[in-house]
Amino acid sequence: MFKTLGKATKISVLSIWFVFTIFPLYWMFLTSIRPVREVTKKFYYPHANSTLDSYRTLFKQYAFGTYIKNSFVVSFAASAFVIFIGMLGAYALARYKFKGKSQIMLVFLITQMIPGLIALAPLYLLLSKVHLLNTLFALILCYVGGMVPFATIMLRGFLQRIPPELDEAALIDGCNRFTALFRVVFPVALPGIAATFIFAFVQCWNELFLAMVLIDSDANKTFPVAERSFIGAYYIEWGGLAASVMIGIIPTVVMFGLMSKFMISGLSAGIVKG
Amino acid sequence: MAASVHKLVRKDGKKSHNILAPLWFLLPALILVAIFIYYPVFATANMSFKNYKLFDQSNIFYNGFENFRGIFKDLHFHRIIQNTVLWVSVSLFFQFFIGFGLALYLKPKFKFSGLYQGIIFIPWALSGFLMGLVWKWIFDDNLGVLNDMMLKAHLISTPIPWLSNANWAMAAVIIANIWYGVTFFVIMILAALQGVPNEILEAAELDGCGKAKSLFLVIIPYIRPTLILIVLLRIIWITNFPDIIFGMTSGGPNEQTHILSSWLVQKITYDQDWGSGSALGLLMLGVLFIFTIFYLLATRLEEDSEG
Repeated sequence: MFKTLGKATKISVLSIWFVFTIFPLYWMFLTSIRPVREVTKKFYYPHANSTLDSYRTLFKQYAFGTYIKNSFVVSFAASAFVIFIGMLGAYALARYKFKGKSQIMLVFLITQMIPGLIALAPLYLLLSKVHLLNTLFALILCYVGGMVPFATIMLRGFLQRIPPELDEAALIDGCNRFTALFRVVFPVALPGIAATFIFAFVQCWNELFLAMVLIDSDANKTFPVAERSFIGAYYIEWGGLAASVMIGIIPTVVMFGLMSKFMISGLSAGIVKG
Repeated sequence: MAASVHKLVRKDGKKSHNILAPLWFLLPALILVAIFIYYPVFATANMSFKNYKLFDQSNIFYNGFENFRGIFKDLHFHRIIQNTVLWVSVSLFFQFFIGFGLALYLKPKFKFSGLYQGIIFIPWALSGFLMGLVWKWIFDDNLGVLNDMMLKAHLISTPIPWLSNANWAMAAVIIANIWYGVTFFVIMILAALQGVPNEILEAAELDGCGKAKSLFLVIIPYIRPTLILIVLLRIIWITNFPDIIFGMTSGGPNEQTHILSSWLVQKITYDQDWGSGSALGLLMLGVLFIFTIFYLLATRLEEDSEG
């Protein structure tokens, strides 16, 4: 009897959490397909007069195509770049023994304690000195800089699990350290690299405050910053906001959904045991 | 690259001949970290002793501890500290226990468990700011669906002022934060649980441990180091996470739902008072630093006395 009771509890707990998780997004979806005049009405299921008007507004009235493209460029470039830099550092930390290694690890680990927000003002001033304000490049640089420690630590965890004999063999076959790393180790470490890449991509895609401070011109806005254009002082355009939220969550949800199973082993190997 | 002539470090720990080779590999990472993470810390420390207002650039000068004094004397300072402690402790408590429970349930595979995980992990992939806006829409006093549902279910007779009353608003942002952060714990704890060797569990079963007993006597002690680490990481992370509050209330009504990090954002972006914002950032850094040291010492001491 206890067994069935336990099973019933399990099923109800899992169901409740499922509904709780999904409901806000379901509600946002319903809001996004309501006619603009009826956006505040509370139908709990798609209604006969559902419309895609709110979605059309995004691309007609607002330049959401541009914002999403900007977000893609920034997130993709920053993630790719941080993987490259991180792989180099991780390789040194995983394969060499040298004086100061634990100090360098500490330099990376301490950064996890530093509130990223305190960098807003200094980086604004720094980037304005080198005339990079208002460029996507500035954003890419900042994101790469901010993510280097976590990427390096995480990738180090993966590299440590690859036998050193592998790159040793590559060296004997005439590779140098650099080509051994990218031609031989890289493919073997690919699952871990993919996990790190997705983790980085999601962070960049969702970053708001740096993008808000560093980018001023409409043409270079990223997606989360553009969300703010729906919010007026006294009024929020909920239809457009809902539609843009639905579109804006697609890339990371798809990426994550495809990989979620293996993210568990990936993330834990990199972070917890790293 | 010249490094190719140097031998690899083997598992037996033979030293590399060249000290510079690994540093070359680490150089790009170190330079970036120096410029984009450590330089801002020093710049912030410097700026926190200045009268530095972005809109009054001709009037920048060192003003001693004036910014810090301003923060401590601020009308809302006590409320903000209170909020920060609530925000971190209540969010963490529920995120941890819900996450732990779900992870225990999800460890044995069942039909569609992969799909189930994929779906309940979704919040992790979403922007905190956007989800703040989504929850704002749900909690809205008049238009929100939550009040509508509760009214229809006769749980309440008048709408709850979720976002216009300071205490309700604080509850609302914390609920949203719990929703957002459980995923992290499920992922991390599930991974840790999967790392517990089956032999240990089987041995415990043979010794007559029931489920509850083996959880507390075998599983939890085994994954304890992981738990300690992820709780620390999470405390720091939640403290530095203003996105949901920024989306839901922007600190309102009347600054009553600010936490330290959202207050910092307000000072930097809206007030453009960078001196005061920097001072606040420096204070936060100091508090987190001291907290981390105490946390690590406390957990280490406990472990020593046990062992």
